[in-house]
Amino acid sequence: MSAFRLRQARIERWTGLGFVTPAMLLFMLTSLIPLAVLLGLSFTNYELGAVDTKSVGTANFAKAVADPVFRRSLGNTLLYVAIVLPGAVGLALLIAILVHGRRRSRGFYEVIYFLPVTSTLIAMATVWQFLLHPRLGPVNAFLRLLGFDEVAFLSEPHLALPTLAVVGIWQLLGFNMVLFLAGLSAISKDLYEAAEVDGCVSGLDRFLTITWPLLMPTTMFVMVTTSITAFKIFDTVAVMTRGGPMGSSEVLLYNVYLEGFQYFHMGYAAALTVIFLVFILMFSAIQSFVLERRTHY
Amino acid sequence: MARVELESVSKSFADTTVLSGINLDIADGEFLTLVGPSGCGKSTLIRIIAGLEPQTSGQIRINGEPVDHLRPHERRVAMVFQSYALYPHMSVFANMALPLTMQRLSLWERVPLLRLFSARRRRVMPEIRREVQSVAAQLQIEPLLNRRPAQLSGGQRQRVALGRAMVRHPNAFLMDEPLSNLDAKLRVHMRSELTELHQRLKTTFIYVTHDQVEAMTMSDRVAMMDAGRILQLGTPAELYARPSNLKVAQFIGSPAINVLPVRIGDGGMVELPGSPAMIHTSLPPGSAASIGLRPEALHLLPSGSPRDGAVLNARLRRIENLGAECMLHFDLLALPGHGVIVRAASIKGLSVGEEVVLGYDIASIHLFDAKGERAEVLPISAHPAQREAATP
Ligand SMILES: Nc1ncnc2c1ncn2[C@@H]1O[C@H](COP(=O)(O)OP(=O)(O)OP(=O)(O)O)[C@@H](O)[C@H]1O
Ligand SMILES: [Mg+2]
Repeated sequence: MSAFRLRQARIERWTGLGFVTPAMLLFMLTSLIPLAVLLGLSFTNYELGAVDTKSVGTANFAKAVADPVFRRSLGNTLLYVAIVLPGAVGLALLIAILVHGRRRSRGFYEVIYFLPVTSTLIAMATVWQFLLHPRLGPVNAFLRLLGFDEVAFLSEPHLALPTLAVVGIWQLLGFNMVLFLAGLSAISKDLYEAAEVDGCVSGLDRFLTITWPLLMPTTMFVMVTTSITAFKIFDTVAVMTRGGPMGSSEVLLYNVYLEGFQYFHMGYAAALTVIFLVFILMFSAIQSFVLERRTHY
Repeated sequence: MARVELESVSKSFADTTVLSGINLDIADGEFLTLVGPSGCGKSTLIRIIAGLEPQTSGQIRINGEPVDHLRPHERRVAMVFQSYALYPHMSVFANMALPLTMQRLSLWERVPLLRLFSARRRRVMPEIRREVQSVAAQLQIEPLLNRRPAQLSGGQRQRVALGRAMVRHPNAFLMDEPLSNLDAKLRVHMRSELTELHQRLKTTFIYVTHDQVEAMTMSDRVAMMDAGRILQLGTPAELYARPSNLKVAQFIGSPAINVLPVRIGDGGMVELPGSPAMIHTSLPPGSAASIGLRPEALHLLPSGSPRDGAVLNARLRRIENLGAECMLHFDLLALPGHGVIVRAASIKGLSVGEEVVLGYDIASIHLFDAKGERAEVLPISAHPAQREAATP
């Protein structure tokens, strides 16, 4: 009997492994191996096309910590996240609540706000560049009409990053709104009616008593995905400012791109990417940790 | 404590009329049940009373005061929802305390973090805690106060929902099928608990159900609804004994009343199927009608007894033995395609397929016209067969 059990267990183990293998292989090929190569490269002085490459230990990381360009780009990226995160989450929540209250026009608004998500950001960045152009752009034409001076949104050092953040918010808004709408639809109508009978009359009371707490899991998820997306900012910078003016919009991935593909410092770029991945890993860890705890009602 | 009056309340959604001309006068402390088939407008009516839905026309008064312009909490009614509608993110205590915190604390004293600075909140909360605890003790849910609704059984959730309604000492309890999510056994138990609760609180209860047993066992009065109207309003006994409508007769009572088609003959004579006996009515001759016979109104006649009274020849099709009694399902020989159910104390040695004679008292006949309205059975018939049957 026990021999039979043992055989059964062995068969099950092999079948299980058989089922896992394809996914495992794919995961190795697309994620684990590239990651290992990246990690390996980050400890070398490899340059694209170079013949002799040798290990430099942690020199690349030491260099990054001391590199003013890297430090600035990390700071800029975090500042960008700090603007985009509350903007894209708060606004999306507000719009979702407003759109959720509509009956017939709901579909219309959903489409309108979702359009930026479906468009290519590179193409849209060009459009934004035109819109914000100091002399040709309609935004400045409007400002002039109101009697203001024209604003060089993308060439003023202290304005470039916030402007990019506005574009980032615009791009993320629709997606976050749809997530919030899904969250709102999942809240039972009975709860609002019960709350009304119990004396939750004002919109603010309803929001604080029902909507906000029950939307918490959605909000956490939206916040984490927004942070990750914002942290990965690259295309708008590449198209609209190229890190300028005076490095005021240099961000992490743009820096990696410059080091790797413009200056061919592959080893250094790999080290920067590893640092970047550590941040992303942190966001993901927060996500799984917090979400696991908050979603169990 | 309140008297709740409804005066010609009507409700339409777009162009569909859901309620038409509902009049109800519910006395203070009464247990009134709204019962009826699915979609007849029970929930809509109770939601209108609660103030969750505006009526299209008509007036609602609580203690004589019109409340049509008042929001639900201003009407001081409490509602228990079919889904219980407990706040899933709050503890049982917070769920039950919410109506009180809403009533007694201002917004600033309720907002998270900010409320920590409120001295008044620190004074009021112990009061609220005491009140919630006393209600929880009545419902025997004190040990559950710190749990979340997800950690409760169906019956416990039901009690919490009741508790949340009770803490406010409302004018009236409105309940929309509160027991329908419970299993059969618990439902029977909660039925008696609710009845006892009503007797203890002496508050007006308006109770919606589609279960006639609940309506019959719990209510002071029952309003049977159909298609947006009240078909009959009365005590459970009245509805059972004198249903004003065929639909009421069919809805109330289990197993359902036996309905047989009859024709009205000359002079208002009703020919009872397969039976020499006749009854007399004022319905116009030639019209179709039906009679209703409760399962307990029929009895097996011993073989050899006279067969000239009100009788039905029948063949036993099926026996449902419920232990204390049994339901005998018969096919009628005189009316192919029709059957009757007879409530009997025992099987009496019958076997399936056997042919028997069923007798019934003419006084137990409920007569309904073609539209289903109750028609009077006139007591004395000129028909000789009738007279014969009536003499002992
Ligand atoms: N918001 C609405 N819009 C349109 N029609 C509605 C709406 N709410 C209810 N109705 C209709 O009103 C009628 C009565 O609905 P109601 O919910 O009151 O029935 P009910 O008697 O409670 O039925 P049940 O026993 O199934 O709960 C139904 O035909 C329903 O389709
Ligand atoms: Mg209903």
